[in-house]
Amino acid sequence: MKAFYPLLFACLWCASCQEAARVSFNAEVRPIFNAKCVGCHGGVKQAGELGLIFRTHAMAAIVPGKPGASELIRRVRHDDPDMRMPFDKPALSEAEIQTLERWIDQGAEWEEHWAYLPQRVAAPQSPVPGSGNAIDAYVADRLAAYAISPAPAAPPAVLLRRLSLDLTGLPPTPEEVEAFVQDPGEAAYRAAVDRYLASPRYGEHRAAGWLDLARYADSRGYERDRPRTIWPYRDWVIRAFNADLPFDTFTIEQLAGDLLPDPTREQLIATAFHRNTPSNGEGGTSNEEYRTVSVLDRVNTTWEVWQGTSMACVQCHSHPYDPIEHEDYYNAYAIFNNTADHDHVWERPAVSIPSAALQRKVDSLEQWVNVHGDEAQRNEWRRALETREPVIRPYHFKHVVGGVFTDRADEDFLVLRDGNSLVLPARELDDVEALHLNSRDQAPYVLEVRLDDSSGTVVGTYANEDFSWERVKVIALEPVHGTHELFIKIRGRGGPDEQLASIYSFYPQPRLPGVAAPGYAEVREYIRTLATARDSLQVPILSENPPGLRRTTHLFERGNWLVHGKEMTGGVPEILPDLDIEGSPTRLDFARWLVSPDNPLTARVAVNRIWGELFGRGIVSTPEDFGSQGSPPSHPELLDWLAVQFRTELGWSTKQLIRLIVLSNTYRQSSVPRQEVAEIDPYNNLLAHGPRGRLTAEEIRDQMLAVTGLLSPKMYGPGVMPPQPDGLWDHIPYSDIKWETSTGEDRYRRAVYTYLRRSVIHPSMTTFDGSTREICLSQRTETNTPLQALASLNDPAFSEGMHKLAADLLAETRDPATAIDRLHRRMLYRPVRAGEREALLDLYHTALREYGGHQEEALFLVVNVLFNLDEFLTKS
Amino acid sequence: MEKIELEAHHQLAEYNSRRLFLRQCTLGIGGVALSSLMGCGGKEAGSPPLTAGVAAHSALTSALHHAPHARRVIYLHMAGAPSQLETFDYKPDLARLHGQNCPPSLLAGKRFAFIQGTPKMLGPQASFAQYGESRAWVSDHLPHFSSVVDEVAFLRAVHTEEFNHAPAQLLMHTGSPRLGRPSMGSWLTYGLGSVNENLPGFIVLTSGGRQPSAGKKLWSSGFLPSIEQGVQCRTEGDPILYLSDPDGVSRELRGRSIATINRLNEQQYQEVGDPETLTRIRQYEMAFKMQVSVPEVMDISKEPAYIHALYGTEPGRSSFANNCLLARRLAEADVRFIQLYDWGWDMHGTSRDTGLREGLQDKCREIDQPMAALLQDLKQRGLLEDTLVVWGGEFGRTPMQENRGGTTNPFLGRDHHGEAFTMWMAGGGIRGGASYGQTDAIGYAGLAERTHVHDVQATILNRMGIDHERLTFPFQGRNFRLTDVSGEVVQKILS
Repeated sequence: MKAFYPLLFACLWCASCQEAARVSFNAEVRPIFNAKCVGCHGGVKQAGELGLIFRTHAMAAIVPGKPGASELIRRVRHDDPDMRMPFDKPALSEAEIQTLERWIDQGAEWEEHWAYLPQRVAAPQSPVPGSGNAIDAYVADRLAAYAISPAPAAPPAVLLRRLSLDLTGLPPTPEEVEAFVQDPGEAAYRAAVDRYLASPRYGEHRAAGWLDLARYADSRGYERDRPRTIWPYRDWVIRAFNADLPFDTFTIEQLAGDLLPDPTREQLIATAFHRNTPSNGEGGTSNEEYRTVSVLDRVNTTWEVWQGTSMACVQCHSHPYDPIEHEDYYNAYAIFNNTADHDHVWERPAVSIPSAALQRKVDSLEQWVNVHGDEAQRNEWRRALETREPVIRPYHFKHVVGGVFTDRADEDFLVLRDGNSLVLPARELDDVEALHLNSRDQAPYVLEVRLDDSSGTVVGTYANEDFSWERVKVIALEPVHGTHELFIKIRGRGGPDEQLASIYSFYPQPRLPGVAAPGYAEVREYIRTLATARDSLQVPILSENPPGLRRTTHLFERGNWLVHGKEMTGGVPEILPDLDIEGSPTRLDFARWLVSPDNPLTARVAVNRIWGELFGRGIVSTPEDFGSQGSPPSHPELLDWLAVQFRTELGWSTKQLIRLIVLSNTYRQSSVPRQEVAEIDPYNNLLAHGPRGRLTAEEIRDQMLAVTGLLSPKMYGPGVMPPQPDGLWDHIPYSDIKWETSTGEDRYRRAVYTYLRRSVIHPSMTTFDGSTREICLSQRTETNTPLQALASLNDPAFSEGMHKLAADLLAETRDPATAIDRLHRRMLYRPVRAGEREALLDLYHTALREYGGHQEEALFLVVNVLFNLDEFLTKS
Repeated sequence: MEKIELEAHHQLAEYNSRRLFLRQCTLGIGGVALSSLMGCGGKEAGSPPLTAGVAAHSALTSALHHAPHARRVIYLHMAGAPSQLETFDYKPDLARLHGQNCPPSLLAGKRFAFIQGTPKMLGPQASFAQYGESRAWVSDHLPHFSSVVDEVAFLRAVHTEEFNHAPAQLLMHTGSPRLGRPSMGSWLTYGLGSVNENLPGFIVLTSGGRQPSAGKKLWSSGFLPSIEQGVQCRTEGDPILYLSDPDGVSRELRGRSIATINRLNEQQYQEVGDPETLTRIRQYEMAFKMQVSVPEVMDISKEPAYIHALYGTEPGRSSFANNCLLARRLAEADVRFIQLYDWGWDMHGTSRDTGLREGLQDKCREIDQPMAALLQDLKQRGLLEDTLVVWGGEFGRTPMQENRGGTTNPFLGRDHHGEAFTMWMAGGGIRGGASYGQTDAIGYAGLAERTHVHDVQATILNRMGIDHERLTFPFQGRNFRLTDVSGEVVQKILS
């Protein structure tokens, strides 16, 4: 991202408003408040009990229609420095004061910040050009104000490389470019656009951007940084983009796929979006503390990704600049606070992806229930087989007598000794056939399950007298009717101090229907097999606590999770449209609200993000913040038009949105900066030339693999380990997992498949500004450093490709001049130019002398030079 | 003092040139800090005003806020958290309470990593004596260090909210216990730039056989430009990743190939006029120089024998002593932030090596001589006056004996404890012999002059000429700073 240039934005923004004689609150007054006043009279500090964020607060110092009677004006004009505002700071300028006076005189009408107002389509004043589309007309409106003409179209080879990189993250093949240079017509361009959008590489490229927002990683973070099996989520994202899953569905499935009626396994995997939060497995860490940290992160990430709103600001206090109150944060928190995950080492709840052998048993069971059960049973069994949730964990136990509860780092567990007891919360038991006890057993014991209390009927018994190490034990229950608590007591033989078992959980297993049908016993045995089997992938997902096990949400006073304030039930800030829900909203209600037509932010934020991916910066250059401290849009009408198009005409299709943008002339312009334009618009806010910027970390690796012919097209699966410097994974405390360099084609997979360990990310990612994947990142900062130069000069993974390319070329021609020319056509899509040829031949011959006539070594050095050219590392 | 003032002027001038740089080049914010390394050959473009209310880049306009007292920092972090009760915080009363049950009043409402139920009090496992003119108490585990106590200002009541290693280390070095924030060294190089053109401005050395618990995140640049990342210089393989040329490429050939790259890039610039291309040319020049300067500075074998005797160093080994000597060499080369981590201080008493007797004595022996040598050596070279040296762990230890899972550990050990522990600072702008902060009779809580982690950070930044409240960076819609929303400079230890 290029540096921003705020004032020009402000000017552009004003230009549209100055036509009206009235003072615009948003364009003229609010900027004064924000720059000069809200530091002390904002959402956090309300000095003298005056805040200028909400109208109701501000009116304490303003009398509409009467500037002379308004305290605000009296104080900014005051002679006494102790009274004059801004206190202890330079006074407002006369022009600023007059603006305030005129505004008050005209009735002090308050406007909400632009981003919270409904999207509004205004036709552009400029005509839509014959080729190109409405985007160009909106852009022309702005350019006309500065008498700047658009840049000419980029040369065909440059344009096709840009298009290919933007849509697939890979450079085009030399053949593609050659064909396009021969016929660069509109039809050929459109065909290329459609071809790239249909390529499986498209989804891989889009996913790379989305995974920064999702803070995706293959490990958990913090000290031990254990592996996490969550790559099926990464694959889900790639598939979703390739299938062009509409953005509203894409949103709902990731935030609340588990709450959809009868969710598919894929919809459950989608919810892993919010299981990408780091978790802390260091010995002695409090599980509840880090669960809380994860939920806070989910709130912040959701609001950043979908609403461009810095919700994190209101974690401790009301928003300093935007109309969002402290309580709004905990209403948002309440919506996310009832998932069952708990910073536990097993990372449950998870969806199981069984091995083939187990899958057959799963299928048999499912088939059995389909034939013999009713619909409720079918749903229940589906959930049982996919996620084994909800389970009852130690913090749900009631009336614990004698047990020692531990909630540090590992799972939460309850250590039981002889005579200890506990009670499971009341639930309906008609359809419960067994309890699955998950425990680590330390000595022989007998465990008894009674109905209601210690004097109730015994409905189940488990005896671990032979002492097995098995974690999961199935305790059959007598048939029970109605809703009951279950009283559970343990007896051992070794006296009161002997630890018998550490209890992790009880899982109430649903009743298997079809008792009388033939084959029942065999299918029933599968339940036990599956409960104790280990060879399934377990992908962490969101899973909502059932009614009896729900947490109550409290506001955290000053953001401190240990200091609870009032109870919160869930909701959205008043400044935004109503949720319109009876009672407490669920994540699903909230996700649907995000993509409802009334939400002013979602579509704007989404189209702005795609625009930013294509142009290097968004129409709003702060994609993470659409609030009053973010940048205003450079082209507000264009932003709104695109947003409305996206959610109506284009049916939330990301592919169609991208198609629309890249078919504009604006996108197709040359990216060469023009001196006369640079003086007026050095950062290309006006879009007077095409996009230009350094390739991303992923693109740099992928381009190397593509031009050297090493790239593997293999998709999906666990993260791979291409070469990296030795020893990087050594010396991590309490961790013995190793980087085992992949062999075969896995060595040459696209960067999106590289195993991403948070504590030691592959240096090619971190050196070239890749995300740390710890928190949501809306845009990477682009840098240009000597360490990058060292990496692209010397990384052995790159050298391997360069050697291959040199050898391949020499197999075609032994003439260095020809080889150098071909190299240019292959990597830069143009013939070598005169000065370049001499420079490279000179280097080649020097190297040839040093290498005693070894051509490949000498040509390698030439290839190495080309890989380090600005032209090769830049999208132009 | 004159030297420092000159330096301040120089830095201000540099800052102004960096602002100019931003006007000249359409560089990203990364370029702002970078410019100090390389300037900008860009043509004069239009000069956009740098004001307006939107996300103003405050670091740009105000990083150097006052004349600095130190030019660089050497930070010695003892990862795992050393016990203050066996090193610097002398508590004879605790010996009298040894073996008694901990009273419930000390446990009510407290959270511990491992202690459960009722632990027993554990008396100091070291003898203490007073040293120097300052009469500072130091335990007999640190005989060399006791000779340099008058150089040092002790912070005796430092406190932190965190009682787990990784979060507490993150808080100490990034200002937040969560992942994702820039580290102190990154903030400093971001704010002040680097002085040495041929070395990174923020270098990290580790010892003790393991990385600290929070690992590389402790020198991450977080949301700051990636150039501000701490560069870990390794003792095995390339000292810096990708420093060595590919096999068979000689220094001379590398020189010619970089010259060719830069010549072609120059041609590209002539045609296209993107100033980013010029920046790239400078990066390749600097990379070429680093290939020589980094191995040179990392080679301690040419140090004279008396220096090796002073530090107890052995070339070729990986040790805290070697890292101390390297720190001095890096300080001489004007590296801005030199960070050492030494693993192995987590004395829970679960094994001999984590016991308060043998385990802690071994660790103290490893650091005692080199740490004293570092202060002496810096001083004899005139470097101590503008080098700020900081020592500490991520938290302290309990005056109670650890009883993991309610049972007594096999060796004597103490649990994590954040309410009171000792750190020290020395050198640039620090009043040697000072002592700040008092703890209660058993070293459990701070009584007066408490210093929060953010105060430590504010003080370090202050000595470097930075107002910690004004060095900020906009991210996720708000301005972040190292010290979050707090931090007070500890005035009483300043010279």
